[in-house]
Amino acid sequence: MLGTVVCCGVLGVGAAWLVERSSVPARRIWHVLLVAPLAVPAFVNSYAWISLLPGLDTYAGALLVVTLSYFPFVYLPVAAAFRGLDPALEDTARGLGLSTWAVFLRVQLPQLRVALLGGGLLVALHLLAEFGALQMLRYPTFTTAIYDQYRATFNGPGATMLAGVLVLLCLVLLIAEIRLRGRRGYARSGRGAPRPVRPVALRRLTAPALLALGTLVGLAVAVPLWSLGYWMARGAGSAVDWADLGSTTSTTLGLAAAAAAITTAMALPAGWLAVRARGRVATLLERSTYLGSSVPGIVVALALVTVSIRVTPWLYQTVPVLLAAYAILFLPRAIVTVRSAVEQAPPLYDDVAASLGASAPDRLRRITLPLLAPGIGAGAALVFLAVVTELTATLLLAPTGTRTLATAFWAASSAVDYGAAAPYAVIMVLLSAPATVLLSRDARRGLTT
Amino acid sequence: MSTLTVTGLCKSYAAGVPVLDGVDLHVPSGSFTALLGPSGCGKTTLLRLIAGFDDPDDGTVVVGDRTVAGGPGRSVAARSRGIGFVPQEGGLFPHLTVAGNISFGLPRRQRREGSRVRELLGLVGLDAALADRSPHQLSGGQQQRVALARALAPAPSLVLLDEPFSSLDATLREETRLAVSAALDAIGATAVLVTHDQAEALSMADQVAVLRHGRLVQLTDPRTLYRNPQDLDVATFVGEAVVLDADVRAGTAHCALGAVPVDGSHPDGRARVLLRPEQLRLSAPGTEPGSVVARIGGVDFFGHDARVRLVLPGAGTVSARLVGADLPSTGEEVAVTVLGSAQAFPPSAADDVPHPALSA
Repeated sequence: MLGTVVCCGVLGVGAAWLVERSSVPARRIWHVLLVAPLAVPAFVNSYAWISLLPGLDTYAGALLVVTLSYFPFVYLPVAAAFRGLDPALEDTARGLGLSTWAVFLRVQLPQLRVALLGGGLLVALHLLAEFGALQMLRYPTFTTAIYDQYRATFNGPGATMLAGVLVLLCLVLLIAEIRLRGRRGYARSGRGAPRPVRPVALRRLTAPALLALGTLVGLAVAVPLWSLGYWMARGAGSAVDWADLGSTTSTTLGLAAAAAAITTAMALPAGWLAVRARGRVATLLERSTYLGSSVPGIVVALALVTVSIRVTPWLYQTVPVLLAAYAILFLPRAIVTVRSAVEQAPPLYDDVAASLGASAPDRLRRITLPLLAPGIGAGAALVFLAVVTELTATLLLAPTGTRTLATAFWAASSAVDYGAAAPYAVIMVLLSAPATVLLSRDARRGLTT
Repeated sequence: MSTLTVTGLCKSYAAGVPVLDGVDLHVPSGSFTALLGPSGCGKTTLLRLIAGFDDPDDGTVVVGDRTVAGGPGRSVAARSRGIGFVPQEGGLFPHLTVAGNISFGLPRRQRREGSRVRELLGLVGLDAALADRSPHQLSGGQQQRVALARALAPAPSLVLLDEPFSSLDATLREETRLAVSAALDAIGATAVLVTHDQAEALSMADQVAVLRHGRLVQLTDPRTLYRNPQDLDVATFVGEAVVLDADVRAGTAHCALGAVPVDGSHPDGRARVLLRPEQLRLSAPGTEPGSVVARIGGVDFFGHDARVRLVLPGAGTVSARLVGADLPSTGEEVAVTVLGSAQAFPPSAADDVPHPALSA
């Protein structure tokens, strides 16, 4: 795990520096390409690699695949932080006689620390919760061990024990992340338009820099896509079951839409209260939803399995339980966007509308909802896309016979039928792509504007 | 347009810390009243209570002949009070165009017609071509004018303006002030303006209400406020002041600037007297009888006039306002005479004015 975090850190910071502070050509395009790996779910990436190179089921192989999947988690915040740095500081340092390398080490890196650590913690959290990618590489970690325990013994105490330890580890990371985030505000420079950055001229180093970025993007994006294309072509020969693919896709979309609607509806009051009725209870309520993001999907799934078997046996392995799991897991994503939208709609507008004679339902319809709509939409889209590629909880909770893209893909690839798995993966990647565009824009402006 | 009468209004947000402490205010129909006070004096709270965004703990608000807050039954909701509100930063709805903003408070039928929007844009001195713009495409001054047009659209009985010019830069502020004054005059609106800028209050309002620590200290017209302030605090808040220790004998104050007649009747004895810097006149030493000699401590040149700091022997520094190109230079000796009369206030035990002489 440490290895992955370090590798992600180095790759993320290096790429961010090249894109934000050097004269490397086509920086806009590189930015999008460097975020693009997020569109490929880690377990799809893992499948793409192992199907090409079966010898990858080692520590080094796992490190490679997971790093390629997760380095954007470091790249995104660090690139955003680079953009927020006041270039005047760097000019001042250069004026004091520091070299480019010294400026990076002594001026930029200290200011990036918070973003870098935050990104690293995010990678670690995801690693702890990651199941599909590592199971595929047959590399045992907590999550895969829990899953194996559960499959072998059905709800054995071993799985619960492991899950408990996993949650504890995640909580530690989450608390560290929240504390870091609390301080991030101070790191940002003030408002006003800072002078445009004059990029560091790479001159003779341009070619190696391009080569490095090209290799990174090639490994992280091109290899999985090429692999998918290859298996698609191979699988096309053995007749893809289009009807099955269609029904699986529509099941997935239906589940995702339902989950998005439910989760956003739940996020709305929580996000609203967190901003408008600041207080102990509201804050606690909001914070408690973040637990969902720290608890791995497998733990939530196991908990719901246990609860539904014990308390509501008629609900076990039904759609409502699955939707509940999605809501628990993805509520934070919806709340974050709804919250920032509420923050952009200050109560002043409500007062003004009231003074102009608008009644409360009138104000909701004419002021509040139009102002919140982009945030609600973005939140729903994020949840929707997360559900489309969710694997672990779906595997454990989906009603018998209900197949989503992720589980269908999983079933086929587990049976080493790589050709049959490819179409599902392609659809997942296509569906995830819009979220990636949203994310790469997010670094520049607010998600909701 | 209606009158506004506020009686005994009290409000506190934290127990025991009153923001408003028994405020009485009467605004005649068609008049423009400024609520003047330093930040934190409760003036915005008073405005919010009048508008109906908050309920008072005690006291009543009467608009026209209708008690809207603090009466026998429940207080009237903000939306049924018919009070227009112009917030600090304009507060234009970002998802609506200028026309959509202005017509927001109109009945549904009238919203579609462009004529009322054009009429209101004309009233606040804006081009009708702006109607289809988004708020973020307007300058700060234009946004404020649109906010006023929006508030005036439903023909309110009263308009409240909450520091509408404070976010504008100096030249824009002047221009926007004039446009707003003209628009309010044109329809004979009853208006209440909250401000911490004394020049704004004195120049725009028919009457100025000075608030301090949640209490109304003085309510009068701008000239009286400037010439006959209630106390030295108000005096220094509404303008530059020259405050000197004096000995009053038979209607004349004897102070560091010589003998100055005192307005009104003041008992003989020790007092503090108030002069305005523009009452001081300078001349060459020895030319004016009864003048006091002072040394020039410094000159702040503003273009249209200048502030000259005078060092008086044994009485610290005072300011004089001089118009004209003929300014003395630092270190020169000049004779100082006083035009008009001074205001006398009882001597205070504590130093309620920080410097014995100079307050800007």
